[in-house]
Amino acid sequence: MQHPFEHFLQQIVFGLQAGSTYALIALGYTMVYGVLRLINFAHGDVYMVGMYITVLSVRAIYLHHWISPSWEMLCIVLLLSMIGCGLLGVIIERLAYRPLRKAPRLAALITAIGVSLLLENTGNLDSVFGSSPLTCKDVLPGGHTDFNIGGVLIERNYLVIFVATIVLLAILWFVVSKTRLGRAMRAVSQDVDAASLMGVNTNKVISFTFFVGSALAGAAGCLFASMTPNSINPYIGILPGVKAFVAAVLGGIGNIPGAAVGGFLMGLAESLVVAYGPLIHLGNGYNDAAAFAILILILLFRPTGLFGRGITEKV
Amino acid sequence: MKRTLVNILIVAATVAIVFGLDKVVSRLQNDPSLHAGYPVRILMLALIAVIAAVSLNLVNGFTGQFSMGHAAFYGIGAYTGAALTVFAQKQLFGHILAIGEETGWWLSSGVLLLAMLVGGLAAALTGFVVGLPSLKLRGDYLAIMTVGFNMIVVVIANNLKEMGGAAGFNGVYVGDTLIGIPPLTTFFWVALVAIAVVVLSINLRRSVHGLAFESIREDEIAAEAMGIPTTRYKVTAFVLAAFIAGAAGALYVHFDLRVSPADIDFIVSINFVVMVVLGGLGSVSGAVIGAILLTVLPEALRMNGSYRLVIYSIMLIVLMLVRPQGIFGRDEIGRAWMLKQVQGTKTLPARISGWTASLFDRFAHRRLSS
Amino acid sequence: MNLSRTGKWMSVALPAVAAALLIAGCHGGATKSSGILIGEYGALSGDTATFGTSTDKGVRMAIDEVNSKGGVGGKKVQVKVYDDQGLPPQAKTVVTKLIEQDGAIAVLGEVASTNSMAAAPECQKSKVPMITPASTNVAVTKTGDYIFRTCFIDPFQGGVMASFATKSLHAKTAAVLTDVSQDYSKGLAAAFKNTFTRLGGKIVAEESYEKGAADYHAQLSSIQAAKPDVVFVPGYYNNVGAIGRTARSLGLTVPLLGGDGWDSDKLFEAAQGSLEGCYFSNHYSIENKDPRVQEFVAAYRKQNGGESPDAMAALAYDATKILIAAFDKAGSPADGDYSSEEYRAKLRDAIAATKDFKGVTGDITLGPDRDAIKPAVVLQIHGSERRFVATVNPKDIPL
Repeated sequence: MQHPFEHFLQQIVFGLQAGSTYALIALGYTMVYGVLRLINFAHGDVYMVGMYITVLSVRAIYLHHWISPSWEMLCIVLLLSMIGCGLLGVIIERLAYRPLRKAPRLAALITAIGVSLLLENTGNLDSVFGSSPLTCKDVLPGGHTDFNIGGVLIERNYLVIFVATIVLLAILWFVVSKTRLGRAMRAVSQDVDAASLMGVNTNKVISFTFFVGSALAGAAGCLFASMTPNSINPYIGILPGVKAFVAAVLGGIGNIPGAAVGGFLMGLAESLVVAYGPLIHLGNGYNDAAAFAILILILLFRPTGLFGRGITEKV
Repeated sequence: MKRTLVNILIVAATVAIVFGLDKVVSRLQNDPSLHAGYPVRILMLALIAVIAAVSLNLVNGFTGQFSMGHAAFYGIGAYTGAALTVFAQKQLFGHILAIGEETGWWLSSGVLLLAMLVGGLAAALTGFVVGLPSLKLRGDYLAIMTVGFNMIVVVIANNLKEMGGAAGFNGVYVGDTLIGIPPLTTFFWVALVAIAVVVLSINLRRSVHGLAFESIREDEIAAEAMGIPTTRYKVTAFVLAAFIAGAAGALYVHFDLRVSPADIDFIVSINFVVMVVLGGLGSVSGAVIGAILLTVLPEALRMNGSYRLVIYSIMLIVLMLVRPQGIFGRDEIGRAWMLKQVQGTKTLPARISGWTASLFDRFAHRRLSS
Repeated sequence: MNLSRTGKWMSVALPAVAAALLIAGCHGGATKSSGILIGEYGALSGDTATFGTSTDKGVRMAIDEVNSKGGVGGKKVQVKVYDDQGLPPQAKTVVTKLIEQDGAIAVLGEVASTNSMAAAPECQKSKVPMITPASTNVAVTKTGDYIFRTCFIDPFQGGVMASFATKSLHAKTAAVLTDVSQDYSKGLAAAFKNTFTRLGGKIVAEESYEKGAADYHAQLSSIQAAKPDVVFVPGYYNNVGAIGRTARSLGLTVPLLGGDGWDSDKLFEAAQGSLEGCYFSNHYSIENKDPRVQEFVAAYRKQNGGESPDAMAALAYDATKILIAAFDKAGSPADGDYSSEEYRAKLRDAIAATKDFKGVTGDITLGPDRDAIKPAVVLQIHGSERRFVATVNPKDIPL
């Protein structure tokens, strides 16, 4: 029997594991929202496409015996997914959102929903991905590996996701806060017109934002498909997409570290509710409801999200 | 005085016409040799969607707030309404109804109105609880609250053993006999409620309160500065919308004679939002057309087999690109609108070429500016 | 700019066009087809599309076989399928369309009980026989005397694994991991708990996951802490693979047990060996040497790129074959009109009289409740094979 404190730490680890994917998806949501004030509904489906890129390219690699499972293989599929999804994001922005930039804000939301439906239902066609679930073959050598640190079990594959999330987050933070492009992004997010007047090529910046956000969703999809034991289907992106959106708001929408923290909190809320829900006589089957209720409560007390800035509006 | 008389006459005429149509529709519905059950079903579903979409328009269109969980209120209305007419069936009707049993018009209408009232009130009450804290704030927080709330309601419905849980609810079995949801919803009531909700919305829009709603949409801070109690107005719109959605849910459940967690899922909420925005955010006529279009279009595309939803989603995208402000923008169908349509009438080919040209202009212009 | 005015013109035109299409749709279908039309509805899109697609494959195989042997009474059998997106109101809509517009004489479908229960009243009202291949909720066939099923009901199948766990595995304690958004999973879990406790066992942990779940660590570690002898996981193959792998990575090594939702090649692909030695209940064993099973499996594999039929496909195949046999039994109508109410009543009676039908999924008899009465088999997973372990008869289950 695990010591209660070890048990608690273990649940924290599980929560962080599950939260890593939410964090990566939430980053893309928050970046796009920060720049365009658009809830990019198709984001969860870009994440789904990232999974398929991974699973199908791993399949091709196995079929042609190009390389055996290794860290290189992970890097290759990760890059493929990120680039593929990044490009997909840029194309979606170009075709479905850019023409509506001057239109009422919710118009782009509807095209976003349209794009989301399009990706799901196109993926569902037998000639594309098909409806039956796919599972990724091993990308890393050694099958299942884990470490036991002080009674707490840490699985290598989840550690990979966690570390990759942190690394990507750090890179993103660096890009946004230290580079010229990042500064342009921040400028656009504050005021598109003003940024444009200051000589910022807003279209380029917005395309770049979409590329980065979607590439992160691609990374999340790749890591989820290749590192966790889950099977994938064309509709798998919907729910994580919604959850990541909530996570992004929780962290203070538009705020990059906030989105990551929100994502991790989402994972923690889910795993802690499962582990400790029975103690407060929370009926079996209410896990998701409880997780959402916790998030709503947090939001009630911190309306701008955990890291959101206070709203100052021009009058 | 004369005006009141005219109004009464108009109301009476409307009721009479709807009543007459109801006879036709019920004949179509009940005579299998007419093969009309399918179009009638689509018609009824479209009208129920109209009620829900017009009510959502009060929040998302008039007041400029952003609710993404309208199906939750619809669902609360449906589940509460069904609970009333199933669990209290003996009290309401005097005995347990057999499947397909006809009850008197007045009795069944009375029970339906009661179910709508109870369902609506239940939805309004939860709407108040959810809306009050989130509407004090500005921004998209209402969206998150309502998404979360919708998820929670679905989970509760999934776990509601007494009402079928995940399998959904169509009544309770006592031994092998089903105490079913009585088929109370008729075309008469659906159409009448739809018309009433539309008229109410349009009148509201033209009233002082409507202007207050719209001022919040245009600029909340300015509205507040003008002395408009913004939170109160926002909560009022939200609760009213929840009430109507709840009533629509009660209508739905007594038409479909079943409800399940899948009927009130988040995806359904999204569909309501699409109806409202596609029709033209803030336009009542738009919400009506959006609701009808989104109910009919997927059916009209059935012949395309597995490509149906692919075509549907492309149509959605293209329509929004062509009409970013929605089909009606913020206009309403009416005399002014008709006059606007007739002005400068051109022949169809001229219109199409003009449209193409302007579309081209738009893209060319954008290219230059980028 | 001209756009807004034109746009408004379009705004009137679009719904008008849509309405016109609808009306066209009505009129197009109202003509009676002279052939035999069977309607099918199922989820061909949405997150349960994989089940609807398998069902469709099974139905089509059966229909193709019948037609290649000359059809029914010299007439080819046609099947028309509509996608209900896995949504109950849509299921009801498409079944109405199948019956009223297309003139379907009988209807096959759904997997999810929720959808079958939504559509069944339409079939009952119009007196069109409906056979659901895979809806397990008891209430489905209670709708009326035109509604049949060819699969087990939840209380039986849940009981099968409970009785197997106590009698053959000598389990004293069990844990249950349920998918609370699936009625099927909840039904099986409830039946398992009921029978297991009746047989003297103890349920030591109950955990659950929901639609779209992607992580099972928290649930399985709680189960592990309760140290059960077996874990009952009545889910579908798209989740169970991940559950198996997560359980093993946590060091939870006791056998996992499941129901017919496990039966798919996809499970072995997803589980990657983690379910080695685990058991699940099913309708038949794919290794059964009986030629009717072997021919079906071989033909299915040939048509579907080597993939073995899952439970849905096999059940749908049998449901279709039962329907065809009923057509044969009812004989050709004297006036040649298969769509008359009189003929449909005859067809219904023929289906209801199905006795010892030699199906792929067992010898099927439809009982007085219009539910299939047939034994279940318990299979054990070895590599990517399902090995036959035991047969459990309905009378073996204490209810």
